[in-house]
Amino acid sequence: MTRTVFDHTSAIEAHGLVKTYPGDVRALDGVDLTVASGTVFGLLGPNGAGKSTTVKILTTLSRPDAGGASVAGRDVLAEPVAVRHAIGVVGQKHGTDPDATGRENLVVQGSFYGLTGGELKRRAAESLERFGLASAADRRVKTYSGGMQRRLDVALGLIHRPQVLFLDEPTTGLDPEARAEMWGEIERLARQEGMTILLTTHYLEEADRLASQLAIVDRGRIVARGTPDELKSELQGDTIQVELADGDGVAARAALELVTAARDVTLDGSTLRARAQDGGAAVPAVLAALEAHGIRAAAVTLARPSLDDVYLRYAGRAFQQADTEGQEATP
Amino acid sequence: MTPLLQTWQVTLRYLRVIARQPAFLGIALVQPIIWLLLFGALFKAVTQIPGFQGSSYVDYLTPGVVVMLAVSSAGWTGMGFIEDINSGVMDRMLASPVWRGALNLGSVAQAVIQILVQTVLIVLLALALGAHYANGLGGVLILMLVAALLGAAFASLSNGLAVLARQRETLIGAVTLVLLPLTFLSSALMQESLVPGWISTVATFNPVNWAVEAGRSATLSEIDWGLVAGRVGLLAGLVLLSTWFATRAFGTYQRSL
Repeated sequence: MTRTVFDHTSAIEAHGLVKTYPGDVRALDGVDLTVASGTVFGLLGPNGAGKSTTVKILTTLSRPDAGGASVAGRDVLAEPVAVRHAIGVVGQKHGTDPDATGRENLVVQGSFYGLTGGELKRRAAESLERFGLASAADRRVKTYSGGMQRRLDVALGLIHRPQVLFLDEPTTGLDPEARAEMWGEIERLARQEGMTILLTTHYLEEADRLASQLAIVDRGRIVARGTPDELKSELQGDTIQVELADGDGVAARAALELVTAARDVTLDGSTLRARAQDGGAAVPAVLAALEAHGIRAAAVTLARPSLDDVYLRYAGRAFQQADTEGQEATP
Repeated sequence: MTPLLQTWQVTLRYLRVIARQPAFLGIALVQPIIWLLLFGALFKAVTQIPGFQGSSYVDYLTPGVVVMLAVSSAGWTGMGFIEDINSGVMDRMLASPVWRGALNLGSVAQAVIQILVQTVLIVLLALALGAHYANGLGGVLILMLVAALLGAAFASLSNGLAVLARQRETLIGAVTLVLLPLTFLSSALMQESLVPGWISTVATFNPVNWAVEAGRSATLSEIDWGLVAGRVGLLAGLVLLSTWFATRAFGTYQRSL
Protein backbone atom coordinates (compact mmCIF):
# COMPACT_ATOMS: atom_id res chain seq x y z
CA MET A 1 0.00 0.00 0.00
CA THR A 2 1.44 3.35 -0.94
CA ARG A 3 0.70 6.51 0.87
CA THR A 4 0.58 9.82 -0.88
CA VAL A 5 1.37 12.92 1.08
CA PHE A 6 0.25 16.15 -0.51
CA ASP A 7 2.07 19.18 0.66
CA HIS A 8 -0.87 21.36 1.40
CA THR A 9 -3.63 18.98 2.32
CA SER A 10 -4.55 19.04 5.92
CA ALA A 11 -4.08 15.87 7.94
CA ILE A 12 -6.34 17.12 10.72
CA GLU A 13 -9.36 19.41 10.47
CA ALA A 14 -11.58 20.25 13.38
CA HIS A 15 -14.34 22.80 13.59
CA GLY A 16 -16.43 24.06 16.46
CA LEU A 17 -15.58 21.28 18.91
CA VAL A 18 -17.60 21.58 22.09
CA LYS A 19 -17.43 19.16 24.98
CA THR A 20 -19.17 19.53 28.32
CA TYR A 21 -18.72 17.19 31.26
CA PRO A 22 -21.24 16.53 34.01
CA GLY A 23 -21.33 19.36 36.51
CA ASP A 24 -21.37 21.90 33.68
CA VAL A 25 -17.64 21.75 33.12
CA ARG A 26 -17.09 23.14 29.64
CA ALA A 27 -13.85 21.44 28.62
CA LEU A 28 -14.02 22.63 25.00
CA ASP A 29 -15.81 25.74 23.95
CA GLY A 30 -15.55 25.84 20.16
CA VAL A 31 -12.14 24.61 19.04
CA ASP A 32 -11.09 24.93 15.38
CA LEU A 33 -7.90 23.37 14.13
CA THR A 34 -6.15 22.76 10.83
CA VAL A 35 -2.95 20.75 10.73
CA ALA A 36 -1.09 20.48 7.44
CA SER A 37 0.27 17.10 6.37
CA GLY A 38 3.84 16.43 7.35
CA THR A 39 4.06 19.11 10.02
CA VAL A 40 4.45 19.06 13.77
CA PHE A 41 1.58 20.92 15.36
CA GLY A 42 1.81 21.94 19.00
CA LEU A 43 -1.22 22.37 21.20
CA LEU A 44 0.08 24.42 24.07
CA GLY A 45 -1.75 25.24 27.27
CA PRO A 46 -1.83 24.81 31.01
CA ASN A 47 -3.36 21.84 32.83
CA GLY A 48 -7.09 21.59 32.29
CA ALA A 49 -7.10 23.88 29.24
CA GLY A 50 -8.71 21.25 27.01
CA LYS A 51 -5.71 19.76 25.22
CA SER A 52 -6.34 16.15 26.22
CA THR A 53 -10.06 16.43 25.51
CA THR A 54 -9.23 17.63 22.00
CA VAL A 55 -6.89 14.68 21.48
CA LYS A 56 -9.50 12.22 22.81
CA ILE A 57 -12.03 13.48 20.27
CA LEU A 58 -9.57 13.48 17.37
CA THR A 59 -8.46 9.93 18.22
CA THR A 60 -12.11 8.67 18.35
CA LEU A 61 -11.90 7.87 22.07
CA SER A 62 -14.49 10.47 22.91
CA ARG A 63 -17.26 12.25 21.02
CA PRO A 64 -17.87 16.01 20.93
CA ASP A 65 -21.25 17.47 21.98
CA ALA A 66 -21.06 19.72 18.93
CA GLY A 67 -18.73 20.25 16.00
CA GLY A 68 -16.84 17.71 13.94
CA ALA A 69 -13.43 16.67 12.78
CA SER A 70 -11.61 14.67 10.18
CA VAL A 71 -8.26 12.97 10.54
CA ALA A 72 -6.31 11.59 7.57
CA GLY A 73 -9.29 12.50 5.41
CA ARG A 74 -11.78 10.41 7.42
CA ASP A 75 -14.59 11.70 9.59
CA VAL A 76 -13.95 10.84 13.25
CA LEU A 77 -17.67 10.46 13.99
CA ALA A 78 -18.81 8.63 10.86
CA GLU A 79 -15.75 6.45 10.20
CA PRO A 80 -14.02 5.93 13.54
CA VAL A 81 -12.53 2.55 12.55
CA ALA A 82 -10.89 4.01 9.44
CA VAL A 83 -9.47 6.84 11.53
CA ARG A 84 -8.13 4.36 14.11
CA HIS A 85 -6.26 2.48 11.38
CA ALA A 86 -4.63 5.69 10.17
CA ILE A 87 -3.48 7.13 13.48
CA GLY A 88 -1.06 6.30 16.25
CA VAL A 89 -1.85 7.44 19.76
CA VAL A 90 0.53 7.91 22.65
CA GLY A 91 -1.57 8.86 25.63
CA GLN A 92 -0.69 10.93 28.63
CA LYS A 93 -0.70 7.93 30.96
CA HIS A 94 1.58 4.98 30.38
CA GLY A 95 -0.31 2.66 28.11
CA THR A 96 2.10 -0.21 28.64
CA ASP A 97 1.26 -3.48 30.32
CA PRO A 98 3.69 -3.75 33.26
CA ASP A 99 3.43 -7.55 33.59
CA ALA A 100 4.31 -8.18 29.95
CA THR A 101 7.68 -7.79 28.27
CA GLY A 102 8.36 -5.03 25.79
CA ARG A 103 8.12 -7.52 22.94
CA GLU A 104 4.83 -8.96 24.19
CA ASN A 105 3.37 -5.47 24.46
CA LEU A 106 4.27 -4.78 20.85
CA VAL A 107 2.92 -8.11 19.56
CA VAL A 108 -0.47 -7.61 21.26
CA GLN A 109 -0.67 -4.04 19.95
CA GLY A 110 0.29 -5.09 16.42
CA SER A 111 -2.40 -7.76 16.38
CA PHE A 112 -4.97 -5.04 17.10
CA TYR A 113 -4.03 -3.45 13.78
CA GLY A 114 -4.37 -6.70 11.87
CA LEU A 115 -0.69 -7.62 11.77
CA THR A 116 -0.07 -11.36 12.02
CA GLY A 117 2.57 -14.07 11.94
CA GLY A 118 6.08 -13.33 10.71
CA GLU A 119 5.24 -9.75 9.74
CA LEU A 120 4.07 -9.04 13.29
CA LYS A 121 7.20 -10.58 14.80
CA ARG A 122 9.46 -8.68 12.42
CA ARG A 123 7.78 -5.34 13.14
CA ALA A 124 8.01 -5.89 16.88
CA ALA A 125 11.73 -6.67 16.62
CA GLU A 126 12.35 -3.63 14.40
CA SER A 127 10.53 -1.34 16.83
CA LEU A 128 12.54 -2.63 19.77
CA GLU A 129 15.76 -2.09 17.85
CA ARG A 130 14.82 1.37 16.71
CA PHE A 131 13.83 2.62 20.15
CA GLY A 132 16.91 1.21 21.84
CA LEU A 133 14.97 -1.47 23.69
CA ALA A 134 16.42 -4.54 21.97
CA SER A 135 18.48 -5.59 24.99
CA ALA A 136 15.46 -5.16 27.29
CA ALA A 137 13.00 -6.72 24.83
CA ASP A 138 12.26 -9.81 26.91
CA ARG A 139 12.25 -8.14 30.29
CA ARG A 140 9.01 -7.20 31.98
CA VAL A 141 8.06 -3.56 31.48
CA LYS A 142 7.75 -2.98 35.23
CA THR A 143 11.57 -3.19 35.37
CA TYR A 144 11.97 -0.42 32.74
CA SER A 145 13.03 3.13 33.60
CA GLY A 146 10.56 5.98 32.98
CA GLY A 147 12.35 6.93 29.78
CA MET A 148 12.31 3.34 28.49
CA GLN A 149 8.60 3.00 29.21
CA ARG A 150 7.93 6.23 27.36
CA ARG A 151 9.95 5.02 24.37
CA LEU A 152 7.94 1.80 24.39
CA ASP A 153 4.75 3.90 24.47
CA VAL A 154 5.88 5.66 21.31
CA ALA A 155 6.92 2.36 19.71
CA LEU A 156 3.42 1.01 20.42
CA GLY A 157 1.90 4.05 18.75
CA LEU A 158 4.03 3.55 15.64
CA ILE A 159 3.95 -0.23 15.09
CA HIS A 160 1.35 -0.01 12.30
CA ARG A 161 3.13 2.94 10.60
CA PRO A 162 0.37 5.50 11.03
CA GLN A 163 -0.05 8.61 8.89
CA VAL A 164 -0.82 10.84 11.85
CA LEU A 165 0.70 10.52 15.30
CA PHE A 166 -0.86 12.00 18.44
CA LEU A 167 1.46 12.60 21.36
CA ASP A 168 -0.34 13.72 24.50
CA GLU A 169 2.27 15.32 26.77
CA PRO A 170 5.03 12.98 25.66
CA THR A 171 7.67 14.25 28.05
CA THR A 172 5.69 14.94 31.21
CA GLY A 173 7.39 13.25 34.14
CA LEU A 174 10.61 12.48 32.27
CA ASP A 175 14.02 13.49 33.58
CA PRO A 176 15.93 16.04 31.47
CA GLU A 177 18.04 13.40 29.73
CA ALA A 178 15.05 11.27 28.74
CA ARG A 179 13.23 14.41 27.63
CA ALA A 180 16.07 15.42 25.34
CA GLU A 181 16.08 11.90 23.85
CA MET A 182 12.34 12.08 23.23
CA TRP A 183 12.67 15.46 21.57
CA GLY A 184 15.33 14.04 19.26
CA GLU A 185 13.07 11.12 18.35
CA ILE A 186 10.10 13.39 17.60
CA GLU A 187 12.27 15.64 15.43
CA ARG A 188 13.55 12.60 13.56
CA LEU A 189 10.01 11.30 12.91
CA ALA A 190 8.97 14.65 11.54
CA ARG A 191 12.03 15.30 9.43
CA GLN A 192 12.92 11.89 8.05
CA GLU A 193 9.52 10.26 7.81
CA GLY A 194 7.41 13.32 7.06
CA MET A 195 4.89 12.18 9.60
CA THR A 196 2.14 14.52 10.73
CA ILE A 197 2.39 14.91 14.48
CA LEU A 198 -0.01 16.58 16.84
CA LEU A 199 1.67 17.18 20.13
CA THR A 200 0.18 18.57 23.29
CA THR A 201 2.42 20.04 25.89
CA HIS A 202 2.42 22.38 28.78
CA TYR A 203 6.10 23.06 28.42
CA LEU A 204 6.62 26.29 26.54
CA GLU A 205 10.18 25.37 25.54
CA GLU A 206 8.99 22.06 24.15
CA ALA A 207 6.41 23.70 21.90
CA ASP A 208 8.96 26.28 20.84
CA ARG A 209 11.53 23.65 19.91
CA LEU A 210 9.39 20.99 18.22
CA ALA A 211 6.34 22.57 16.68
CA SER A 212 6.29 24.38 13.37
CA GLN A 213 2.72 25.54 14.04
CA LEU A 214 1.25 26.31 17.42
CA ALA A 215 -2.13 26.90 18.94
CA ILE A 216 -2.42 28.23 22.44
CA VAL A 217 -5.38 26.79 24.31
CA ASP A 218 -6.89 28.39 27.37
CA ARG A 219 -10.15 27.45 29.09
CA GLY A 220 -11.40 25.35 26.18
CA ARG A 221 -10.68 27.92 23.48
CA ILE A 222 -7.82 28.58 21.12
CA VAL A 223 -6.59 32.04 21.99
CA ALA A 224 -3.71 32.36 19.54
CA ARG A 225 -2.17 30.46 16.63
CA GLY A 226 0.77 30.73 14.27
CA THR A 227 4.40 29.68 14.08
CA PRO A 228 6.34 30.15 17.33
CA ASP A 229 8.22 33.04 15.74
CA GLU A 230 5.05 34.70 14.44
CA LEU A 231 3.49 34.53 17.84
CA LYS A 232 6.56 35.97 19.46
CA SER A 233 6.98 38.74 16.92
CA GLU A 234 3.40 39.84 17.53
CA LEU A 235 4.72 41.08 20.82
CA GLN A 236 6.52 43.75 18.79
CA GLY A 237 10.12 42.88 19.11
CA ASP A 238 12.69 42.22 21.76
CA THR A 239 13.06 43.51 25.26
CA ILE A 240 16.14 45.60 26.06
CA GLN A 241 16.88 45.78 29.75
CA VAL A 242 19.46 48.22 31.12
CA GLU A 243 20.72 48.11 34.70
CA LEU A 244 21.88 51.62 35.63
CA ALA A 245 25.15 51.82 37.56
CA ASP A 246 24.31 55.16 39.13
CA GLY A 247 22.77 58.49 38.30
CA ASP A 248 19.36 59.80 37.54
CA GLY A 249 16.88 57.17 36.36
CA VAL A 250 14.38 59.75 35.18
CA ALA A 251 17.00 61.51 33.08
CA ALA A 252 18.04 58.15 31.65
CA ARG A 253 14.45 57.37 30.69
CA ALA A 254 14.15 60.77 29.00
CA ALA A 255 17.34 60.06 27.08
CA LEU A 256 16.06 56.66 25.90
CA GLU A 257 12.75 58.07 24.78
CA LEU A 258 14.66 60.09 22.18
CA VAL A 259 16.07 56.92 20.60
CA THR A 260 13.75 56.15 17.69
CA ALA A 261 14.47 52.40 17.67
CA ALA A 262 13.32 51.99 21.29
CA ARG A 263 9.67 52.06 22.35
CA ASP A 264 7.63 51.56 25.51
CA VAL A 265 10.38 52.77 27.81
CA THR A 266 9.66 51.98 31.44
CA LEU A 267 11.66 52.61 34.61
CA ASP A 268 11.53 50.28 37.55
CA GLY A 269 13.98 51.35 40.31
CA SER A 270 17.34 51.30 38.58
CA THR A 271 16.13 49.08 35.73
CA LEU A 272 15.16 50.55 32.41
CA ARG A 273 13.16 48.49 29.92
CA ALA A 274 12.37 49.22 26.32
CA ARG A 275 11.05 47.31 23.36
CA ALA A 276 12.72 47.28 19.98
CA GLN A 277 11.80 45.66 16.69
CA ASP A 278 15.35 44.47 16.29
CA GLY A 279 16.98 44.51 19.70
CA GLY A 280 20.48 43.74 18.50
CA ALA A 281 20.50 46.74 16.18
CA ALA A 282 19.01 49.06 18.79
CA VAL A 283 21.47 48.36 21.61
CA PRO A 284 24.34 50.57 20.26
CA ALA A 285 21.96 53.51 19.85
CA VAL A 286 20.62 53.01 23.38
CA LEU A 287 24.12 52.91 24.85
CA ALA A 288 25.20 55.96 22.84
CA ALA A 289 22.20 57.96 24.05
CA LEU A 290 22.92 57.10 27.67
CA GLU A 291 26.59 57.96 27.30
CA ALA A 292 25.73 61.32 25.70
CA HIS A 293 23.84 62.15 28.90
CA GLY A 294 26.66 60.94 31.14
CA ILE A 295 24.79 57.90 32.43
CA ARG A 296 26.66 54.63 32.99
CA ALA A 297 25.07 51.29 32.35
CA ALA A 298 26.13 48.39 34.61
CA ALA A 299 24.59 45.72 32.40
CA VAL A 300 22.53 45.40 29.25
CA THR A 301 20.49 42.31 28.47
CA LEU A 302 18.51 41.53 25.41
CA ALA A 303 15.60 39.06 25.50
CA ARG A 304 13.63 37.59 22.64
CA PRO A 305 10.03 37.36 23.78
CA SER A 306 9.28 33.90 25.11
CA LEU A 307 6.10 31.91 24.65
CA ASP A 308 5.53 32.76 28.29
CA ASP A 309 5.08 36.39 27.24
CA VAL A 310 2.83 35.27 24.38
CA TYR A 311 0.70 33.27 26.74
CA LEU A 312 0.49 36.16 29.19
CA ARG A 313 -0.66 38.45 26.44
CA TYR A 314 -3.37 36.19 24.99
CA ALA A 315 -4.66 34.46 28.08
CA GLY A 316 -4.33 37.52 30.27
CA ARG A 317 -2.61 35.59 33.04
CA ALA A 318 0.77 34.08 33.62
CA PHE A 319 1.25 30.50 32.46
CA GLN A 320 2.46 29.23 35.84
CA GLN A 321 -0.57 30.60 37.58
CA ALA A 322 -3.00 29.13 35.03
CA ASP A 323 -1.21 25.81 35.27
CA THR A 324 -1.59 25.67 39.03
CA GLU A 325 -5.27 26.64 38.81
CA GLY A 326 -5.87 23.96 36.19
CA GLN A 327 -4.12 21.38 38.31
CA GLU A 328 -6.37 22.16 41.24
CA ALA A 329 -9.49 22.09 39.09
CA THR A 330 -8.82 18.70 37.45
CA PRO A 331 -9.37 15.73 39.72
CA MET B 1 -9.77 -14.65 11.30
CA THR B 2 -8.50 -11.35 12.66
CA PRO B 3 -11.13 -11.12 15.45
CA LEU B 4 -10.15 -14.61 16.62
CA LEU B 5 -6.43 -13.80 16.59
CA GLN B 6 -7.09 -10.59 18.49
CA THR B 7 -9.16 -12.48 21.07
CA TRP B 8 -6.33 -14.98 21.46
CA GLN B 9 -3.76 -12.21 21.99
CA VAL B 10 -5.96 -10.66 24.68
CA THR B 11 -6.39 -14.08 26.32
CA LEU B 12 -2.64 -14.58 26.35
CA ARG B 13 -2.19 -11.15 27.83
CA TYR B 14 -4.40 -11.89 30.84
CA LEU B 15 -3.05 -15.43 31.25
CA ARG B 16 0.45 -13.97 31.44
CA VAL B 17 -0.62 -11.55 34.16
CA ILE B 18 -1.90 -14.48 36.24
CA ALA B 19 0.98 -16.81 35.50
CA ARG B 20 3.49 -14.17 36.58
CA GLN B 21 1.89 -13.63 39.97
CA PRO B 22 2.89 -16.70 41.97
CA ALA B 23 0.81 -15.59 44.97
CA PHE B 24 -2.35 -15.37 42.90
CA LEU B 25 -1.61 -18.69 41.23
CA GLY B 26 -1.09 -20.34 44.60
CA ILE B 27 -4.33 -18.96 46.01
CA ALA B 28 -6.30 -20.01 42.93
CA LEU B 29 -5.00 -23.56 43.30
CA VAL B 30 -5.35 -23.85 47.08
CA GLN B 31 -8.84 -22.36 47.21
CA PRO B 32 -10.62 -25.37 45.63
CA ILE B 33 -8.89 -27.69 48.08
CA ILE B 34 -9.89 -25.62 51.09
CA TRP B 35 -13.48 -25.27 49.93
CA LEU B 36 -13.96 -28.94 49.28
CA LEU B 37 -12.38 -30.01 52.58
CA LEU B 38 -14.03 -27.25 54.60
CA PHE B 39 -17.55 -27.61 53.27
CA GLY B 40 -17.18 -31.37 53.27
CA ALA B 41 -16.35 -31.36 56.98
CA LEU B 42 -18.86 -28.67 57.89
CA PHE B 43 -21.88 -30.23 56.21
CA LYS B 44 -20.97 -33.86 56.62
CA ALA B 45 -23.93 -34.39 58.96
CA VAL B 46 -26.35 -33.25 56.25
CA THR B 47 -26.67 -36.83 55.07
CA GLN B 48 -28.16 -37.71 58.45
CA ILE B 49 -31.10 -35.31 57.96
CA PRO B 50 -34.26 -37.27 57.25
CA GLY B 51 -35.20 -36.77 53.64
CA PHE B 52 -31.65 -36.49 52.26
CA GLN B 53 -31.36 -38.67 49.21
CA GLY B 54 -28.16 -40.60 48.72
CA SER B 55 -25.55 -41.34 51.30
CA SER B 56 -22.32 -39.64 50.25
CA TYR B 57 -22.00 -35.94 50.91
CA VAL B 58 -18.77 -35.73 48.87
CA ASP B 59 -20.68 -37.01 45.83
CA TYR B 60 -23.36 -34.44 46.49
CA LEU B 61 -21.03 -31.55 47.32
CA THR B 62 -18.49 -31.83 44.46
CA PRO B 63 -20.66 -30.29 41.71
CA GLY B 64 -21.76 -27.62 44.20
CA VAL B 65 -18.18 -26.60 45.01
CA VAL B 66 -17.24 -26.62 41.30
CA VAL B 67 -20.07 -24.23 40.52
CA MET B 68 -19.44 -22.00 43.55
CA LEU B 69 -15.82 -21.65 42.58
CA ALA B 70 -16.71 -20.92 38.96
CA VAL B 71 -19.01 -18.05 39.87
CA SER B 72 -16.62 -16.65 42.45
CA SER B 73 -13.55 -16.76 40.17
CA ALA B 74 -15.54 -15.24 37.33
CA GLY B 75 -16.90 -12.46 39.52
CA TRP B 76 -13.47 -10.91 39.97
CA THR B 77 -12.60 -10.92 36.24
CA GLY B 78 -13.48 -7.22 35.89
CA MET B 79 -10.60 -6.25 38.16
CA GLY B 80 -8.29 -6.65 35.17
CA PHE B 81 -10.25 -4.05 33.21
CA ILE B 82 -10.15 -1.63 36.13
CA GLU B 83 -6.36 -2.04 36.24
CA ASP B 84 -6.28 -1.35 32.50
CA ILE B 85 -8.44 1.75 32.84
CA ASN B 86 -6.25 3.14 35.62
CA SER B 87 -2.99 2.39 33.83
CA GLY B 88 -4.03 3.87 30.48
CA VAL B 89 -3.91 0.50 28.69
CA MET B 90 -7.69 0.57 28.16
CA ASP B 91 -7.58 3.91 26.35
CA ARG B 92 -4.73 2.70 24.18
CA MET B 93 -6.68 -0.42 23.24
CA LEU B 94 -9.85 1.57 22.52
CA ALA B 95 -7.96 4.03 20.32
CA SER B 96 -6.90 1.07 18.16
CA PRO B 97 -9.20 -0.63 15.65
CA VAL B 98 -9.32 -3.82 17.74
CA TRP B 99 -12.68 -5.55 17.69
CA ARG B 100 -14.35 -4.56 20.99
CA GLY B 101 -15.69 -8.08 21.40
CA ALA B 102 -12.12 -9.39 21.50
CA LEU B 103 -11.30 -7.30 24.56
CA ASN B 104 -14.14 -8.87 26.53
CA LEU B 105 -13.93 -12.38 25.10
CA GLY B 106 -10.17 -12.55 25.63
CA SER B 107 -10.63 -11.74 29.27
CA VAL B 108 -13.56 -14.18 29.55
CA ALA B 109 -11.48 -16.93 27.95
CA GLN B 110 -8.78 -16.41 30.56
CA ALA B 111 -11.40 -16.73 33.33
CA VAL B 112 -12.84 -19.87 31.77
CA ILE B 113 -9.40 -21.49 31.43
CA GLN B 114 -8.73 -20.75 35.09
CA ILE B 115 -12.11 -22.20 36.08
CA LEU B 116 -11.53 -25.37 34.07
CA VAL B 117 -8.17 -25.95 35.74
CA GLN B 118 -9.76 -25.44 39.15
CA THR B 119 -12.61 -27.80 38.22
CA VAL B 120 -10.22 -30.58 37.23
CA LEU B 121 -8.45 -30.09 40.54
CA ILE B 122 -11.67 -30.40 42.52
CA VAL B 123 -12.83 -33.41 40.56
CA LEU B 124 -9.53 -35.23 41.16
CA LEU B 125 -9.38 -34.28 44.81
CA ALA B 126 -12.96 -35.44 45.37
CA LEU B 127 -12.07 -38.70 43.65
CA ALA B 128 -9.24 -39.12 46.15
CA LEU B 129 -11.73 -38.45 48.95
CA GLY B 130 -13.87 -41.28 47.68
CA ALA B 131 -16.32 -39.48 45.41
CA HIS B 132 -18.03 -41.55 42.82
CA TYR B 133 -19.02 -40.16 39.40
CA ALA B 134 -22.05 -42.12 38.27
CA ASN B 135 -21.59 -41.29 34.58
CA GLY B 136 -17.83 -41.43 34.40
CA LEU B 137 -15.85 -39.00 32.24
CA GLY B 138 -18.89 -37.97 30.19
CA GLY B 139 -20.66 -36.70 33.29
CA VAL B 140 -17.55 -34.85 34.44
CA LEU B 141 -17.27 -33.17 31.02
CA ILE B 142 -20.86 -31.94 31.33
CA LEU B 143 -20.01 -30.57 34.77
CA MET B 144 -17.05 -28.77 33.22
CA LEU B 145 -19.26 -27.40 30.45
CA VAL B 146 -21.80 -25.87 32.83
CA ALA B 147 -19.01 -24.46 35.03
CA ALA B 148 -17.47 -22.86 31.94
CA LEU B 149 -20.80 -21.41 30.76
CA LEU B 150 -21.65 -20.01 34.17
CA GLY B 151 -18.12 -18.63 34.51
CA ALA B 152 -18.29 -17.01 31.05
CA ALA B 153 -21.60 -15.34 31.88
CA PHE B 154 -20.41 -13.93 35.18
CA ALA B 155 -17.02 -12.91 33.77
CA SER B 156 -18.78 -10.81 31.12
CA LEU B 157 -21.11 -9.30 33.72
CA SER B 158 -18.11 -8.45 35.87
CA ASN B 159 -16.26 -6.91 32.91
CA GLY B 160 -19.27 -4.83 31.88
CA LEU B 161 -19.77 -3.60 35.41
CA ALA B 162 -16.05 -2.80 35.75
CA VAL B 163 -16.04 -0.69 32.58
CA LEU B 164 -19.16 1.18 33.64
CA ALA B 165 -18.17 1.75 37.28
CA ARG B 166 -14.38 2.09 36.74
CA GLN B 167 -13.86 1.81 40.47
CA ARG B 168 -12.37 -1.10 42.34
CA GLU B 169 -14.59 -0.47 45.35
CA THR B 170 -17.80 -0.66 43.33
CA LEU B 171 -16.86 -3.99 41.80
CA ILE B 172 -15.70 -5.45 45.11
CA GLY B 173 -18.96 -4.32 46.71
CA ALA B 174 -21.10 -5.77 43.95
CA VAL B 175 -19.31 -9.13 43.89
CA THR B 176 -19.41 -9.57 47.67
CA LEU B 177 -23.05 -8.54 47.74
CA VAL B 178 -24.12 -11.02 45.08
CA LEU B 179 -21.88 -14.02 45.66
CA LEU B 180 -23.18 -15.50 48.91
CA PRO B 181 -26.92 -15.05 48.22
CA LEU B 182 -26.47 -16.63 44.77
CA THR B 183 -24.75 -19.59 46.37
CA PHE B 184 -27.13 -20.06 49.28
CA LEU B 185 -30.23 -19.49 47.15
CA SER B 186 -29.27 -22.61 45.25
CA SER B 187 -28.90 -26.28 45.95
CA ALA B 188 -25.10 -26.01 45.92
CA LEU B 189 -24.78 -27.12 49.52
CA MET B 190 -28.23 -28.34 50.49
CA GLN B 191 -30.80 -30.49 48.76
CA GLU B 192 -33.75 -28.54 47.45
CA SER B 193 -36.22 -30.77 49.32
CA LEU B 194 -34.63 -29.64 52.59
CA VAL B 195 -34.81 -25.84 52.10
CA PRO B 196 -37.81 -23.53 52.70
CA GLY B 197 -40.24 -23.31 49.82
CA TRP B 198 -39.51 -19.68 48.93
CA ILE B 199 -35.82 -20.42 48.53
CA SER B 200 -36.57 -23.22 46.17
CA THR B 201 -38.82 -20.83 44.18
CA VAL B 202 -36.10 -18.19 43.98
CA ALA B 203 -33.58 -20.87 43.04
CA THR B 204 -35.58 -21.59 39.89
CA PHE B 205 -34.42 -18.22 38.54
CA ASN B 206 -30.88 -18.45 39.87
CA PRO B 207 -28.23 -19.18 37.19
CA VAL B 208 -26.00 -20.70 39.86
CA ASN B 209 -28.75 -23.21 40.58
CA TRP B 210 -29.17 -23.99 36.87
CA ALA B 211 -25.50 -24.95 36.75
CA VAL B 212 -25.65 -26.93 40.01
CA GLU B 213 -28.69 -28.93 38.88
CA ALA B 214 -27.22 -29.78 35.50
CA GLY B 215 -23.82 -30.62 37.00
CA ARG B 216 -25.34 -32.79 39.68
CA SER B 217 -27.60 -34.59 37.26
CA ALA B 218 -24.54 -35.38 35.16
CA THR B 219 -22.43 -36.76 37.99
CA LEU B 220 -24.70 -38.10 40.74
CA SER B 221 -27.01 -40.61 39.18
CA GLU B 222 -28.50 -41.37 35.79
CA ILE B 223 -28.39 -38.28 33.54
CA ASP B 224 -31.68 -36.46 33.07
CA TRP B 225 -30.93 -35.28 29.52
CA GLY B 226 -34.00 -33.06 29.36
CA LEU B 227 -32.96 -31.20 32.50
CA VAL B 228 -29.32 -30.92 31.38
CA ALA B 229 -30.26 -29.62 27.93
CA GLY B 230 -32.71 -27.11 29.40
CA ARG B 231 -30.23 -25.74 31.94
CA VAL B 232 -27.37 -25.63 29.41
CA GLY B 233 -29.69 -23.72 27.07
CA LEU B 234 -30.55 -21.19 29.78
CA LEU B 235 -26.88 -20.74 30.65
CA ALA B 236 -25.94 -20.31 26.98
CA GLY B 237 -28.63 -17.65 26.66
CA LEU B 238 -27.21 -15.86 29.67
CA VAL B 239 -23.71 -16.00 28.15
CA LEU B 240 -24.98 -14.33 24.98
CA LEU B 241 -26.83 -11.65 26.93
CA SER B 242 -23.92 -10.84 29.23
CA THR B 243 -21.43 -10.81 26.33
CA TRP B 244 -23.63 -8.30 24.54
CA PHE B 245 -23.81 -6.19 27.71
CA ALA B 246 -20.04 -6.22 28.26
CA THR B 247 -19.28 -5.33 24.64
CA ARG B 248 -21.81 -2.49 24.71
CA ALA B 249 -20.29 -1.15 27.93
CA PHE B 250 -17.19 0.03 26.02
CA GLY B 251 -19.38 2.43 24.04
CA THR B 252 -20.90 3.85 27.22
CA TYR B 253 -17.43 4.19 28.72
CA GLN B 254 -16.19 6.09 25.66
CA ARG B 255 -19.17 8.44 25.72
CA SER B 256 -18.19 9.45 29.25
CA LEU B 257 -14.58 10.25 28.32
